[in-house]
Amino acid sequence: MRNPVVALVLGILIGVGGLYFMLPYDAAAVLAGRGTAPAASADAEPGAERAGAGETLRRVKRRGFLQCGVSQGLAGFSSPDERGRWSGIDVDYCRAIAAAIFGNGEKVRFRPLSAKDRFTALQSGEVDILSRNTTWTMSRDTQLGFDFAGVTYYDGQAFMVRKSSGITKAEQLAGATICTQTGTTTELNLADYFRGRGLDYRVLSFEKNDEAISAYDQGRCDGYTTDASGLYAERLKMQRPEDNIVLPEIISKEPLGPVVRQGDPQWADIARWTLSALLNAEELGVTSENIEEMRESDNPLVRRLLGAEGSYGASVGLGPDWVIDIVRAVGNYGEIFERNVGVDTPLGIERGLNALWNDGGVMYAPPIR
Amino acid sequence: MQKPVKRESGMGISWYNPRVRAIAYQAGVLAVVIAVVWFFTATAQENLERLNISTGFGFLDTTAGFGIIQTLIPYTEQSSYGRAFLVGLLNTLSVAVIGIVLATMLGFVVGVARLSRNWLVAKIAAVYVEVMRNIPLLLQLFFWYFAVLRPLPGPADSIEALPGVFLSNRGLIVPDPVFDAGAGLFFGVLTAAVVAGYVLVRWARARQRATGQLFPALRVAAALIIVLPLLACAIGGAPFHLESATRGAFDFSGGVRLLPEFVALVLGLTLYTAAFIGEIVRAGIQSVDRGQGEAAAALGLRDNTTLRLVVVPQALRLIVPPLTSQILNLTKNSSLAVAIAYPDLVAVFAGTVLNQTGQAIEVIAITMAVYLTLSLATSLAMNWYNARIALRER
Repeated sequence: MRNPVVALVLGILIGVGGLYFMLPYDAAAVLAGRGTAPAASADAEPGAERAGAGETLRRVKRRGFLQCGVSQGLAGFSSPDERGRWSGIDVDYCRAIAAAIFGNGEKVRFRPLSAKDRFTALQSGEVDILSRNTTWTMSRDTQLGFDFAGVTYYDGQAFMVRKSSGITKAEQLAGATICTQTGTTTELNLADYFRGRGLDYRVLSFEKNDEAISAYDQGRCDGYTTDASGLYAERLKMQRPEDNIVLPEIISKEPLGPVVRQGDPQWADIARWTLSALLNAEELGVTSENIEEMRESDNPLVRRLLGAEGSYGASVGLGPDWVIDIVRAVGNYGEIFERNVGVDTPLGIERGLNALWNDGGVMYAPPIR
Repeated sequence: MQKPVKRESGMGISWYNPRVRAIAYQAGVLAVVIAVVWFFTATAQENLERLNISTGFGFLDTTAGFGIIQTLIPYTEQSSYGRAFLVGLLNTLSVAVIGIVLATMLGFVVGVARLSRNWLVAKIAAVYVEVMRNIPLLLQLFFWYFAVLRPLPGPADSIEALPGVFLSNRGLIVPDPVFDAGAGLFFGVLTAAVVAGYVLVRWARARQRATGQLFPALRVAAALIIVLPLLACAIGGAPFHLESATRGAFDFSGGVRLLPEFVALVLGLTLYTAAFIGEIVRAGIQSVDRGQGEAAAALGLRDNTTLRLVVVPQALRLIVPPLTSQILNLTKNSSLAVAIAYPDLVAVFAGTVLNQTGQAIEVIAITMAVYLTLSLATSLAMNWYNARIALRER
């Protein structure tokens, strides 16, 4: 009876010992809960306080392109044309980051994600940044391990119904069946709206937005709900767009913005300041057309923005011309807005809340200095 | 425990002792497996912590805040994620159970029909099997949902098939039975009649074995089960009355509603699985030796008696094991519900709840555990049945 026990212990020791030497990192540190990142510390830059800092930028540079998570097709925000080229506000934002990093706005690959899969894709590192009309909420910011880089579009949720139903106010929807997309704040706002008013409703949640739209269009539901901008965009896809109306009530606040993983402050800074650069460029009148003249400007604000003074690009690991590259690639925020969703596009959306702060809106970027 | 042989203990813990080596290798493998599992768990834990992603199962008590279109148990937006999980689980179970019952019945009919001497019946069954089992299930679900049920008229011009039964693109709505004063007596008498019928059939069978005398037990039992409750109705009044759904501004209110998503899913799963079950049944019946049927005929048994007493009991032994895997498939395939917006476990829990909590590992682990448990429970039940009908050597 003695021998097997001894052999068992011996075997376990051999197994564990062998594995210990094969482990890619210090197992004792994991046991003690001290973290797993010695691999990164080997080539960490001076000043990087956390192991994760700079990791994403390094990985993107090594790969040669940016992985950007976008929607599966939402006109004006991220949708591919018939030649497969993506366009929209969310897409242009990613091009801006690619331009800031590589000096070339085309060094980006777009990964279409369903509303349901988007967070897992970002958490697992499948995409470097999620720019997918995603609402900034506290739980997403704090519990999912994400940081929101700002707001690219201030939106709000609304309803669309058929004209023939005779409905003019959202409260008349009591007892109606509403189609929506699963895994969105839309689903929750809808529940809040009806619950708060003690009204009865039925919700049919689809995995894909296109399915929800076609279910509504074919009469499975009495109403369809999503962000107001989305309603205008989706209406274009319907059999008879003019037969559907968007109800005036906005039932929620939907600040849409790009998202990055927590744990790499430098990458979050790049995301945040790319957005700020786009807004500051509009505020200072820097456009894709006058960018060359603006480089000669005497205005100290413009000189700092375009890297003629200070070393703001280097402070986030980018080159001195990062804003010049951004504006050359996609223009400023105003240009992006007008090109994708503005009044001259099929969507025809006014600037409204999304105008600059000094122009009646709430778009306000911290200064670059 | 067997006492070690002298020779072995003489060798001690030498590496040349094959017994010691074998145990050492096995222990080594076990240690590696444990270490790998531990390595993955620790890495996941570590990364989740570093990325500041919440972990643990505390989220199950948090308010869900979203609505579900079909709930078999009371559920509101204030209910917890745990409750939403139960709603999804029951929706999955209801589809699976109804699908299994219908698919088994239809499968037996198809299997027998394929062997029919009637050329037309046999060919129709053959075409059914070949078409159904060679088209992917997902496409069939799309067909039933998008091509058949979606184009039905809206609730305003719904088809009234029978009084109070409405068919529209909002589903099939039937009157809701509301129990009256006579319900207690009615169901009491019904239960008593069923029990009496069962006892009667057992008595008749025992008497036939003992004496050979026949008694029309089935017919008498059927009469009991029909007549007695009707008598109870006559005495105690109707057990329930039907309350029709009323048309509201958008939709019907009241009534019992079968969602088009539910109907499409049950239809698709049933028709698809029944094709496979039909082939299993046909194979089972054909595996019974021809001589068995001929011997039964020689004894003067009629065709249906031969089938019931000679062929089917022997065929079942071959049918049950593959039938089990078809039943398991049906349960697992019900997760395709997510493609047609039926709120099953995957759509509600591994869909909406996962997305809102962001706790992919926990949610997926629970979902996998549920399907594993369902499958193992089904296997257990079918194995028990299989053992019961197995050949007993005499």
